[in-house]
Amino acid sequence: MIDILTKNLPILVVLCPLITSLFVVLIPNIFFSWISTTLSTFLTFLFSILLYQEIQIHSHISYALGKWLPPIGIEYIIDKVAIIPIVIISGISFIATIFAYKIMPEEIEKKSISKVYSLWLLAIAGLLGLVTTGDAFNLFVFLEISSLASVALVAMGAQKDKQALVAAYNYLIIGAVGATLYVIGVGLLYGITGTLNMEDLTDRISDLNNNKALIAGFGFMIIGIMVKAAVFPLHIWLPRAYAYAPSAVSVLLAATATKASLYILARILFSVFENSENLISNTLLYVILPLSIIAMFAGTIMAIYEKDIKRLLAHSSVAQIGYITLAFAIGTKASIAAGFIHMFNHAIIKGGLFIAITSLGFFIQKRVTINNLSGLGRAMPITFFCFVLCSLSLAGLPLTAGFISKLYLIKATISSDAIWIAILILISSALSVVYLWKMIEVMWMREGRKIVIKENPTIYISLIIITFFNVYFGLDASLVVNASFEAAEKLIGDLK
Amino acid sequence: MITIENFILITILSPLIVSILTPFISKSTILRDFLGPIGGVISSWGAFNIMSSALNNQNITLEIVKIAEGISIGFEITPLGAIFGLVASFLWIFAAIYSVGYMRGNKEKNQTRFYAFYAMAVHAALCIAYAGDLLTLFIFYEVLTFSTYPLVTHKQNEMAQKAGRLYMSILVGSSVILLLPAIIWVWVTTGSLEMSQNGVLDGKLDVAYAPLLLAMFVFGIGKAALMPIHKWLPAAMVAPTPVSALLHAVAVVKAGVFTMLIVLTNVFGIDFLAKTGASEWLIWLASFTLLVTSIIAIYKDDLKARLAYSTISQLSYITLGGALATSMATQGAALHIITHAAGKITLFFVAGALYVGAKITKISDLNGHGLSAPLIFLAFFIGSLSIIGVPPMTGSWSKFFLMLGAANSGYVVVIGVFCISTILNAFYLMEIPARAFFFKKERDIHVKIPKLILIPTLITSFLTILLFFFIEPFQNLTSMMVSKI
Repeated sequence: MIDILTKNLPILVVLCPLITSLFVVLIPNIFFSWISTTLSTFLTFLFSILLYQEIQIHSHISYALGKWLPPIGIEYIIDKVAIIPIVIISGISFIATIFAYKIMPEEIEKKSISKVYSLWLLAIAGLLGLVTTGDAFNLFVFLEISSLASVALVAMGAQKDKQALVAAYNYLIIGAVGATLYVIGVGLLYGITGTLNMEDLTDRISDLNNNKALIAGFGFMIIGIMVKAAVFPLHIWLPRAYAYAPSAVSVLLAATATKASLYILARILFSVFENSENLISNTLLYVILPLSIIAMFAGTIMAIYEKDIKRLLAHSSVAQIGYITLAFAIGTKASIAAGFIHMFNHAIIKGGLFIAITSLGFFIQKRVTINNLSGLGRAMPITFFCFVLCSLSLAGLPLTAGFISKLYLIKATISSDAIWIAILILISSALSVVYLWKMIEVMWMREGRKIVIKENPTIYISLIIITFFNVYFGLDASLVVNASFEAAEKLIGDLK
Repeated sequence: MITIENFILITILSPLIVSILTPFISKSTILRDFLGPIGGVISSWGAFNIMSSALNNQNITLEIVKIAEGISIGFEITPLGAIFGLVASFLWIFAAIYSVGYMRGNKEKNQTRFYAFYAMAVHAALCIAYAGDLLTLFIFYEVLTFSTYPLVTHKQNEMAQKAGRLYMSILVGSSVILLLPAIIWVWVTTGSLEMSQNGVLDGKLDVAYAPLLLAMFVFGIGKAALMPIHKWLPAAMVAPTPVSALLHAVAVVKAGVFTMLIVLTNVFGIDFLAKTGASEWLIWLASFTLLVTSIIAIYKDDLKARLAYSTISQLSYITLGGALATSMATQGAALHIITHAAGKITLFFVAGALYVGAKITKISDLNGHGLSAPLIFLAFFIGSLSIIGVPPMTGSWSKFFLMLGAANSGYVVVIGVFCISTILNAFYLMEIPARAFFFKKERDIHVKIPKLILIPTLITSFLTILLFFFIEPFQNLTSMMVSKI
């Protein structure tokens, strides 16, 4: 029994939310649909932890779907790289589901709640499928599953604010364009290599160094994924989608959605096309590096001038994605590891911030803008405290998880003699203190309306958990750091 | 028998425990208010023991948390750290008693929060003093900034908000943008975050980069308040006076110059600096800051603002001493940490006493009030003499060593800078007792100084005389600091 379980873990991680999503839609009761979603995400999280342990023993697990052996059949690959996004996505979705219990009925009418949970699980299944699959076309399928489910989830925000429909429409169109570009790229590669299996692709590409179709296919794939990963300037769907989605959905999407695509980006750059060194180094230097630097500053500056808090956090996500892609662009082992460290830390930071802001919105019963925050620091000390800690973590201040990412990122840039990039990163992170401090200052300084708010444990428990992680991984980062370095080593080998 | 490792824990943890405990016992005001002084006594007991072990040249290290491979939070006793730790924890006792008198006398709001963050700031300062490596130093440097923000903005009004913004943007901005990459640069160059008494960069850093790296450190350490990043210190004066007294004359700014000295001696090493001349520009910058801020101080009518500019000027003495890169000057700089602390805390105590007792903040309002509060003005007089450097006040020692160091280093101009600055010091500090005692009274004010304010002020002013006679153990420590292993 145990043996069957361990053998099938790679597929279970994806199947568990996928299957639950099919019958959650049939449960009319709010509580029961929530509890089955929670159980399902918990099980998924458990499977991913087991998978993590499994990975420590066999560093590479290949799972042939339906016993059709690769490269003919679809292969699922779990290695030290893939396990990082798997743990992030399953862990965050579990916490977000706990958080959703009180918040969801607040924003969505009763009869659609079970549908929302079904979409919720579908999106999670899509994201997990995205990172487990080793097949380029199967990847496209999961990309679409997760995108369409997310679009529908965003659109659910329309019950509260009609803007959500525009946001969802934007997300749908831009997302569809991205996915199409990706699939065109896959088509071109299939045309010249005759395979869809990614490992097989890597081998066959090595002979076709200057093939025009290869370069075109690569370009389409990368741009398609960059749309999904919200790499500047292809991020325009993101701020609206995060801002107008139902609150719980914002938490889920902000913490997980782009992480999966960033992982795919890393995989394509450093693993699938590892033999086309010229192509990759040019892409990194002339495309990803400048875009990341612009993203760092554009996102931060947009956030400084933004009044709506959810949009503010979304802009900040664009900047943070910039840090991660910048880390990839530098392309050394240390920097890629730093990228993975930040991928993990950013998930817990942004998850925490969105939960905190949503809790504030829940109590003031309004859209959270900078002016509505007045005096809330005194009215809701626990939420405020957690918000401040997560903010400090985002700004990368010591004793928080964010500091660890910044430390390794700066160290990696300085080691590769790019001290000016290090200074740019730090200037942008110092600027991020500006918008974070703006919020903290309003909550702390200004007198608000005299409202008595009783903070509700069902809401702040998940906030406390995620804030605890922000501090814990600032003090004991060896787990994340080691896993990330192993991942980086797996991706680019010991060569660099 | 308590080991020295445990004394480190006792010293740094007692303010932390005070800070955490304070909100829980806020119901009983007496208990809450005197938790600080009790914590101060315990903490400085530990600091005394640490200092005696440092005098015995024991090499003590203590790792608290291992964050990841090669990164940890750990503590180590260095001679300079032992001095700074003792200064911060010992003066905390009096500052804590004084704050009780001040907060009560002024009927301030949110006292619990105030005491909690006050103790937290002391904790951060002590962790800086005993920091075992550059990263620990940086971590608590930031903790210190953030724990003082609620204190600076204590009044929570518009002025406090503005000051708070300036305070945070300069201190956080400079440390994140310059200090952090400088530390990581050292890390990448030497392969570890360790420091050593001889410096760690000799032979590893390309000499051409040395002035650049030094500049990143110098401007990254905003707390040392060198021009042009000194503006935060006058801004921080909106805080209640106990904060200005302990934190912005002792703990925070001394943490800044302490970090500066540690960087100059234990990262670069004074031999490396002397050999490469990397710190020559710093001599001129520090001299410039020293003179200009003294002149600005003359024009400030607000007592706390004048003291703030005086502090900036005195901090530059310490930076200058380090930058001269001779053993005498470095010793003088280290001694100045103690001597200036004792003197300046007294002056701030007086400023706060005058505010609580008579609501006086301006120097021009002091005319003729000397005899209504003679003890307070006497304390101010003694403190001023110490800062000016008149024997038998302790300030004369550090100036003596600094001058000797300047002479040794061959920068004769610097001796002139010290002399001019001494005259300026006398000019702007002596104006206050002079006005109080010799000018004609313009209006009658009833001055009533609470005992809890008066006593600590008198004690610290007495301390400046006492330290003149008992400077020897400190001088032994500073000579250990500059000796080679």
